[in-house]
Amino acid sequence: MERIDIHPTHAYKDFKLRRGRPFPFGVTLVPGGVNFSIFSSHAKSCTLVLFRKRASEPMIEIPFPDEFRIGNVFSLIVFDLDYENVEYGYRMDGPFNPKAGHWFDNSKILMDPYAKIVGGRDVWGVTPDWNNVYQHRARIAFDDFDWENDRPLEIPPEDQIIYEMHVRSFTRHPSANVKHPGTFAAIREKIPYLKELGINCVELMPVYEFDEFENNRPNPVTGERLLNYWGYSTVGFFAPKAGYAATGKLGMQMDEFKALVKTLHRNGIEVILDVVFNHTAEGNEYGNTISFRGLDNQTYYMLTPDGYYFNFSGCGNTLNCNNPIVRSVVLDCLRYWASEYHIDGFRFDLASILGRDPWGAPLANPPLLEILAFDPILAKCKLIAEAWDAGGLYQVGSFPAFGRWAEWNGRYRDAIRKFLKGEIGMVGDMAQRLQGSPDLYASAARGPTTSVNFITCHDGFTLADLVAYNEKHNESNCENNQDGTNDNYSWNCGWEGPTDEPGIKTLRQRQMKNAVAMLMVSQGVPMILMGDEMGRTQNGNNNTYCHDNELNWLDWTLSKSNADIFRFFKHCITFRKAHPVLRNKHHFRNVDYVGSGYADITWHGTQAWNADWSHFSRIFAFMLCGKHAKEGTVQDNYIYVGMNMHWETHWFNIPGLPEEMKWHVFANTGANPPEDIWQSGTEPVLENQYGLLVGERSVIILVGK
Amino acid sequence: MKINNLTIEEVTLIDLAGNVDANTALTIQEKVLPLAQTGRKILMDMTKVPYMSSAGLRVLLLLYRQVSAKDGRIVLVGLSEEIQDTMSVTGFLDFFTTRETIQSGLEALN
Repeated sequence: MERIDIHPTHAYKDFKLRRGRPFPFGVTLVPGGVNFSIFSSHAKSCTLVLFRKRASEPMIEIPFPDEFRIGNVFSLIVFDLDYENVEYGYRMDGPFNPKAGHWFDNSKILMDPYAKIVGGRDVWGVTPDWNNVYQHRARIAFDDFDWENDRPLEIPPEDQIIYEMHVRSFTRHPSANVKHPGTFAAIREKIPYLKELGINCVELMPVYEFDEFENNRPNPVTGERLLNYWGYSTVGFFAPKAGYAATGKLGMQMDEFKALVKTLHRNGIEVILDVVFNHTAEGNEYGNTISFRGLDNQTYYMLTPDGYYFNFSGCGNTLNCNNPIVRSVVLDCLRYWASEYHIDGFRFDLASILGRDPWGAPLANPPLLEILAFDPILAKCKLIAEAWDAGGLYQVGSFPAFGRWAEWNGRYRDAIRKFLKGEIGMVGDMAQRLQGSPDLYASAARGPTTSVNFITCHDGFTLADLVAYNEKHNESNCENNQDGTNDNYSWNCGWEGPTDEPGIKTLRQRQMKNAVAMLMVSQGVPMILMGDEMGRTQNGNNNTYCHDNELNWLDWTLSKSNADIFRFFKHCITFRKAHPVLRNKHHFRNVDYVGSGYADITWHGTQAWNADWSHFSRIFAFMLCGKHAKEGTVQDNYIYVGMNMHWETHWFNIPGLPEEMKWHVFANTGANPPEDIWQSGTEPVLENQYGLLVGERSVIILVGK
Repeated sequence: MKINNLTIEEVTLIDLAGNVDANTALTIQEKVLPLAQTGRKILMDMTKVPYMSSAGLRVLLLLYRQVSAKDGRIVLVGLSEEIQDTMSVTGFLDFFTTRETIQSGLEALN
């Protein structure tokens, strides 16, 4: 039987209409037409504005009849719409009174916050028509992708190895040699590389629609245009960045991104999105009106009592995340990406903001974080917090976790960096970091995988720069070198920047190897930064957010010139995967609870069994008992890691193994390639089973089997 | 949009001419889907299709699903380089067998 709701009841000029359904919000294809639904707590009336695709003037403006509003939601169905070729927006009428938080202005055409595709920046870097009245143009999407038997992979967090990348930077360099440089499609072409490296998760820097032209300005020296390149400034929370898709010009970015996720999944690689819910691209009082400001400013933004924007994000405004309405938008958004795009997890930029109340005060039990932690659709998604914000809230170790949330461990990063450069007073700290930071997490019953361990990420130096620069060199950002952090804990190994001095070059190579060796034997979830595996440099710039050039683009020829580094990374990753004792779900107990004669973890130094915990120590070692792997449920080899961050060579006595076993050398960063590392499983027997020399600033990893 | 079809033995040759987009998708759907009979082999000649939109790709996928459900097969021939590339990048190509000419398409079907 035919339903009667496929027939129009109203008409406006040439368009046939019917009362819409308020739920779901956004746009839904219904039989014979398109359902539009939008809410505003303070608007008096609303008009739907329809454009032909890319047209400068609207083709029709349809005021919502009064009776089509239910509560604060305006909804209507437009019949017989050529929905593939239209763009839509809204005009909202209401008070303009910034002191009271209201910015209604019916001369503005507003983008639907629930827009699934956003046009207007279809091809990366093409200068927009600034005269167009509607810059970021909501479009109507097909959400009928054929996933076949795909589903998020649900890799246990302790088995994850994350690779943080920027979509465009990964393949934009000519040396990437791909058909569509800088796109989702190109990442798909590079999957064999990711598999060879051995990572099993890519964390994509923001892929929500953003405007690379936001705040664009010329570099006064070179004339080159500086962009919002990284994209930490969201325009459309439900829309993938068109400029990252080879098919963005055809409006098929949704399919292209889904095809990438599906293929990555087929290859055993998860996808985590870096999501920016702390602020929007609308900036402060002087920013553009794109969507939220004109729809319901007072609801969406944290405002001072005088109606100004709070700026906990450092980017002009702060999304009012613990307002119940905004909370729902965030939840809808994440549910959408998890279900519609099969996304495996989310990393929340400046997540501490999500725990502030509408007046900015940190909440003890933030409802938004709780809702996300217990949501049934997000139940298997990884939730990772960048547990600080630009307003001074630093919550590493204390982020409200609800048994779910992991954290970017900033303390891990800082401790490894300081130890690596030879700072004193770090040995005790290091012991905690290598165990998955139980000092931060165990008391709250949070396991080692709470800690996402990283030494470098997009913010700050690359690994190669960490060992080549003492100071940041951000002049090309044209902010007088004032931007970017000063707390780099880096050491240039004797010369600032590039050098031909062989001793310095060798030391830098060794320091990079030391870093990745420590990372891959740490309990927790390791994360590496795109390109570190081939020694990518940013010439000392520690905040390259605005550069669409070689400072950010990965130069693939480095994989040849730094083949030793790549090989070292690759073998370290394989080693981690081969040894469950490195990937525990629960914290060590520092006792023997399986009767092996060894505690799960034991501490050593130049003398076996006697670690030097004193303030001036730069040396320490630990051993993992293979019989305690995964709480004694699986059998693994014994692993010994000796770290000498002193500038002199030292003899390390090593602990004896059970009788039938022998120590084998897996890695020795002090040795020259190819003897610096061995393919896991092919390690040669250690000559002297009682000890070995560990070179200056070197790490050795032994396997007892 | 022009649609011609010709059935020789168990192969139906469908000849599309014109853009495949939201405007023509419904016509194609109405004319082509009924041809997807049990066990039918379909050869779709796209030589004269200059442009395919997102809606167009979906009609093709719909046809593929219907043909496969009835144990039939479908081969696309004469895809322009651009359409082939779009289909590849968006994952649609994974579902289809494609050939350059009608002759090689027939061979693929038999």
